[in-house]
Amino acid sequence: MTAALPDEHFFRRESGRLVSTLTRMLGVHHLALAEDAVQETLAAAVEVWSFRGVPDNPSAWLMTAARNRAVSQLRRERTARRFAPEIGRQTDAEGADSGPGSALAHLPPALRDDELRMMFSCCHPDVPEDAQVALVLSLLGGFSAHEVAGAFLVSLAAMEKRLSRAKKVLSRTRTLFELGARDFENRLAAVQRALYLLFNEGYHGASPDAAVRLDLCREAMRLVALLVEHAPAATPSTQALAALMALDAARLPARVDEAGDLTELSRQDRNRWDRRLIARGLELLETSARGDVVSEYHLEAAIAATHALAPTAGETPWADIVELYDVLLRIRPSPVVALNRAVAVAEQLGPERGLEALRSIPGAERLAAYPFYPAALGELELRTGHVTEARGHFRAAHRLARNPAERTFLDRRLAECERRLAAAATKPSPTRPSPPR
Amino acid sequence: MSEFLYLYRLPADSGELPGSPKNMQERLQKWTAWFKELEARGHLSALGHPLENGGAVVKEGGRAVHDGPYAESKDIVLGYSVVQAKDLAEARTLAGGCPVLGYGGMVEVRPIRQV
Repeated sequence: MTAALPDEHFFRRESGRLVSTLTRMLGVHHLALAEDAVQETLAAAVEVWSFRGVPDNPSAWLMTAARNRAVSQLRRERTARRFAPEIGRQTDAEGADSGPGSALAHLPPALRDDELRMMFSCCHPDVPEDAQVALVLSLLGGFSAHEVAGAFLVSLAAMEKRLSRAKKVLSRTRTLFELGARDFENRLAAVQRALYLLFNEGYHGASPDAAVRLDLCREAMRLVALLVEHAPAATPSTQALAALMALDAARLPARVDEAGDLTELSRQDRNRWDRRLIARGLELLETSARGDVVSEYHLEAAIAATHALAPTAGETPWADIVELYDVLLRIRPSPVVALNRAVAVAEQLGPERGLEALRSIPGAERLAAYPFYPAALGELELRTGHVTEARGHFRAAHRLARNPAERTFLDRRLAECERRLAAAATKPSPTRPSPPR
Repeated sequence: MSEFLYLYRLPADSGELPGSPKNMQERLQKWTAWFKELEARGHLSALGHPLENGGAVVKEGGRAVHDGPYAESKDIVLGYSVVQAKDLAEARTLAGGCPVLGYGGMVEVRPIRQV
């Protein structure tokens, strides 16, 4: 038994790389074959490495083994005459042809581009947004259909259908997306959106498993880092998106505890925020400001930065935050943004004004299934002293809660209502909670 | 002390979902830890080898009657090791910790004939 694996996410990461590279070599119409070859290669690695230990260069071992598997599978399918010699040439040229265990210290840049190209392919305009995110997770993140289904609280059958439909769209083009293509900018916007959704699903998502959601955030950050490192994709909005993720992720250690329970922003222990990520986020945000575009990611990152820079919750410059939300609402009107704005308004101007803002959200019916809408109503009613109304809203939120963490959070708020109702006539305590962010 | 052959078997129809990369890595870690522990406790006579799925069964006259995987034995032998234990009972107990049991597989424990 020799070297240990680099880290606990090694196989996942390698899976994304291998699928991307094999798909580039074989053509997107052979995506399924590439995926099977990678799956079998990882299974073989488990057996061989269990007995012989992990080789010195596990990435190179996997690449060689996966390529060999894919080639022999193609031979079996008798298409070998057309494709196999070409694959041999391509991979020889890349230097991946050396045997398992040989040293290939760093992947050549071409192989890193494969992941980027796969990411752009996944975000094909004919693939619905939710399927794009699922594809990214499955093909690049090395999540099984079962795991993707679990992350989005969708049945395995439904997720398999979603994935296979999306893959069908992908395979209409034989080659992976060319990074120099004409519609690069549009596609980049779709990629950014998919990564944003992926990150948000991890941050605010429905999965009951906090570790799963953390994995989604981590994967989104890994992929956005690929964009940031790749010149044409490293636009100001990409940098702003990366800044937003870093600044939000910095709060994770204080937001979700070991049990997976949520602590809202105002009550988080700011000493537990990740200073390194905040610094990284601020640096990215500064770089992103050099362009002449203000994207929604700039605004969200600026909001996150404002929170990050406030030494205490009480010192948050709420007027600035409301202003940023106002601009964000103009760029990308959405009930969830309006909800967050209303909460900021309550902090700035008092709970009554916050309630007004909440009740006048255009398209609020789209928040019907979103537990944080009634939860926000509950918080503000509680602050105005309408405890019975607050309890009603918290109960409604509790019915909508999607995972134990949200339920525990709302249980605590409900208990607070009961405590105040019991204490009845006497003074309500001046706590200032807001929905977790 | 007696020696036992462990055959790690995985039924072809174990009905397991294909493992995700994450599962696979966990499997590898469990196998590595398990072998390490057997070795540390002085039970590992020979680590053995992983086996390819396939091969042939040769009968009299050199005639290959099967190219694997074998239809009649419905499982795949993933590999083998040789383990030292004081008796079959201990060998069985040790095999109970094998990671293959965690994903639908089994361990066949066979005493190696001494005399």
